[in-house]
Amino acid sequence: MTAYNETIVKDICRRFGNERSRMMDVVKEVQTSFGHVPNEAMDAIARALSCPRVEVQSLVSFYAFLTERPKGNIIIRLCDDVIDRMQGFDRIADAFKEELGIGIGETTTDGKITLEATPCIGMCDQAPAALINDVIVTNLTKDAAREIVAGLREHGDPQRLVKRLGDGNNAHELVRAMVVNNVRRKGDVIFGEGKPSDGLKNALAMSPVEVIRAVKTSRLRGRGGAGFPTGIKWEFTRAAKDETRYVICNADEGEPGTFKDRVILTEKADLLFEGMTIAGYAIGAQAGILYLRAEYVYLRPYLEHALAERRKSGLLGNKILGHAGFNYDIRIQMGAGAYICGEETSLISSAEGFRGDPKTRPPFPAQKGYMGHPSAVNNVETLCCVTRILERGAGWYAQMGSNGTSGTKLLSVSGDCKIPGVYEIPFGITLKEFLAMAGAEDAAAVQVGGPSGQMVGPAEFNRIICYDDLATGGAIMVFGPQRDLLWVVSRFMEFFVEESCGYCTPCRVGNVLLRRKIEEVRAGKCDPAAIAYLEDLGQTVKIASRCGLGQTSANPVLTTLKNFRPLYTARMKENEAGMQMTFDISAAVRDAEIIAGRKSANF
Amino acid sequence: MNEKTVTFIVDGKEIKARPEQTIMKACDEAGVYIPRLCAFKDLSPFGSCRVCTVKVNGRPQAACTQPVGEGIVVESQTAEIQQIRRNIIDMLFVEGNHFCMFCEKSGNCELQAMAYRLGILAPKFPYMFPVRGVDASHPDIFIDWNRCILCARCIRTSCEIDGKNAYGFIGRGPHKRVATNSSAGLKGTDADVSDKAPANCPVGSLMYKRIGYAVPIGCRLYDKNPIGSDIEMKKTT
Ligand SMILES: Cc1cc2nc3c(=O)[nH]c(=O)nc-3n(C[C@H](O)[C@H](O)[C@H](O)COP(=O)(O)O)c2cc1C
Ligand code: SF4
Ligand code: FES
Ligand code: FES
Repeated sequence: MTAYNETIVKDICRRFGNERSRMMDVVKEVQTSFGHVPNEAMDAIARALSCPRVEVQSLVSFYAFLTERPKGNIIIRLCDDVIDRMQGFDRIADAFKEELGIGIGETTTDGKITLEATPCIGMCDQAPAALINDVIVTNLTKDAAREIVAGLREHGDPQRLVKRLGDGNNAHELVRAMVVNNVRRKGDVIFGEGKPSDGLKNALAMSPVEVIRAVKTSRLRGRGGAGFPTGIKWEFTRAAKDETRYVICNADEGEPGTFKDRVILTEKADLLFEGMTIAGYAIGAQAGILYLRAEYVYLRPYLEHALAERRKSGLLGNKILGHAGFNYDIRIQMGAGAYICGEETSLISSAEGFRGDPKTRPPFPAQKGYMGHPSAVNNVETLCCVTRILERGAGWYAQMGSNGTSGTKLLSVSGDCKIPGVYEIPFGITLKEFLAMAGAEDAAAVQVGGPSGQMVGPAEFNRIICYDDLATGGAIMVFGPQRDLLWVVSRFMEFFVEESCGYCTPCRVGNVLLRRKIEEVRAGKCDPAAIAYLEDLGQTVKIASRCGLGQTSANPVLTTLKNFRPLYTARMKENEAGMQMTFDISAAVRDAEIIAGRKSANF
Repeated sequence: MNEKTVTFIVDGKEIKARPEQTIMKACDEAGVYIPRLCAFKDLSPFGSCRVCTVKVNGRPQAACTQPVGEGIVVESQTAEIQQIRRNIIDMLFVEGNHFCMFCEKSGNCELQAMAYRLGILAPKFPYMFPVRGVDASHPDIFIDWNRCILCARCIRTSCEIDGKNAYGFIGRGPHKRVATNSSAGLKGTDADVSDKAPANCPVGSLMYKRIGYAVPIGCRLYDKNPIGSDIEMKKTT
């Protein structure tokens, strides 16, 4: 790392054409050079990109992976999400703290190593896991933690901590990760057989409108969670009057418990890029953007390589496959640690070089998206389905799945199950059937769709996995009978508190209040009136929040109140004394005791 | 001017509007007041406070950003929505440190006035008592973050009216706050006493210095009439 030097900053800005919209990339490179984004650098960036300085600080202070203050050359980020905590996070964190002699959020006295905690890094099936700079380490144990610290002290190179490579492309020379795919069940779509480029060739033999019609006929719906019909989204985007349009692939995969897109990116990158290209042809776009979460940066060199190969083969660039007038390329935009950037309008803000605030709708991205141009935002899995639909036919696709929902779905399962990993299942099976596949027959509760989804109990296990019943973006987290579900709820609320963008009041404040009340319930400090309080507060957050994050963040509370109410009532007692039960008199007099230099006689 | 009009219903009342208008603008012109904090005349809509939440054909929307539509049915003064608005105002009170009894803005404060209008006497949520600072570095203007409600009216006014960019948001989630466009604080920015930004702050967070109690408490704007009365007056005129 070098000392601050204005020339370096200017050079970086110049490399990105002094474009205001590339501020994310500029700031990231500045951080790579200096270890943080120093005050003077923010002024220099603002000058070079011709924008107010506060906009630079606004961006840097928004993202968890960017920092205004110096940190170690090496940053260890331990995943502290529920699954990791169930699998021994505390023990491992203690081992790191002990070996490094620091707490979480601190840097060693020699300034070399920083220890942090981070929400789900998409490795729940191989938890406990951590990120060490860009390198993923999985299945951590106390011994592994000690070895890691010793290794970092000795050679300081995180990549050398990877002793055994994972399966498939995890072992590719451009990936070299210890991550494993754990693909447990292959279906006909994502993991089905197919001939590379056939989908694209078929698409180019049709008119763009026919391609959209095929996608509509397939009844494909978005796999990112909301389930919007893909063909209709494309039709809107194509219909918007403009010369310039964009395809954006959402590879932010931030919902805790979801890791299926990571496996697609590792094993099926070409299927995805082909789908993005077909989408570009269909909507009339000249460019595509893959928005990749920062946690998956280890896949970037491989993905860039795959893009370069496609350019060489005439599958990207000018006159794709000889088709005059179809010029299209794809670039990768890295995220910087923010769950909200999975929300499509936040993602666009972020890709435009701003903090990841969602945008006001209308206009929708299909009307005015990236840089004000019509944009189709689709999930990784959705775009892979598109390739297969064009390859094998809309009719073939539509006959798979359940009545209302066609096709297959990738589910990522983790927690208290025997066979965690990724499953490609046809829509229409029951949750119970799926749990049997994953070796989770004795589940006491299942979080379907991640924290923003719903917590269901055995009474609901006969429900059907499809858009009309149990919808999910892919996360299935299993909790055995030994787990304290209110603890899980409390952890999920902690996640939303930290990941709220803070734009709107109900989400910014309401989640903090929900978390606090849940903690009071857990501590046995509430009377039964707390149930109405939680429901009223939860509804306000759900109804009044501005975007999907706040509109779903109360779900851990609301769905457990619905499906597991006895867990709450068991911890409540009637307030017979008429006291304010949450009031802690000892804590209240503590400051006074310190000033007085003695303990209170009464409390 | 667009001659076309759309007709829609708010709480049972029929309202005519121009198609490009937001629900709030159209209602304002018809003398129907929808409570608000971040929306402000002459500034672009922002949609952050969510006090203006209404239901449009049963779906929650912010009236300050949502466009009108032919035949839409808007619910505003229902028991459910008024309760949500009270909860939001409560949240803003407990999130900061609002000591109305010795605040220079008392009586002119939109947060306080909205609480009175909605019938709130004390918040039901627990106070968070955050530790927040004050920036008094500038000769003529100061920021008291204890009272900030993150409505972005200063940011928008500075940019859209004053032609500057003196303020911006930093941080995320509960850590979000207004910052100045200089590492030296307010004195390092081009903000000055002729700026409109302090005048457009709804609370006592961004203020002009050396103006204290020029109008006595009891004789101030909202001491006389509840907030929103100016819009509701239009009904009769
Ligand atoms: C807080 C939040 C986070 C989201 N995260 C993701 C994500 O990581 N990946 C994704 O594809 N969609 C995510 N979405 C949904 C997107 O907003 C959007 O609906 C989706 O990318 C559209 O693609 P699809 O139609 O192909 O599903 C998220 C939504 C919200 C509200
Ligand atoms: S609901 Fe509001 S505060 Fe929460 S993430 Fe969305 S815009 Fe931001
Ligand atoms: S990787 Fe830790 S919970 Fe997903
Ligand atoms: S007035 Fe509409 S959100 Fe604030």
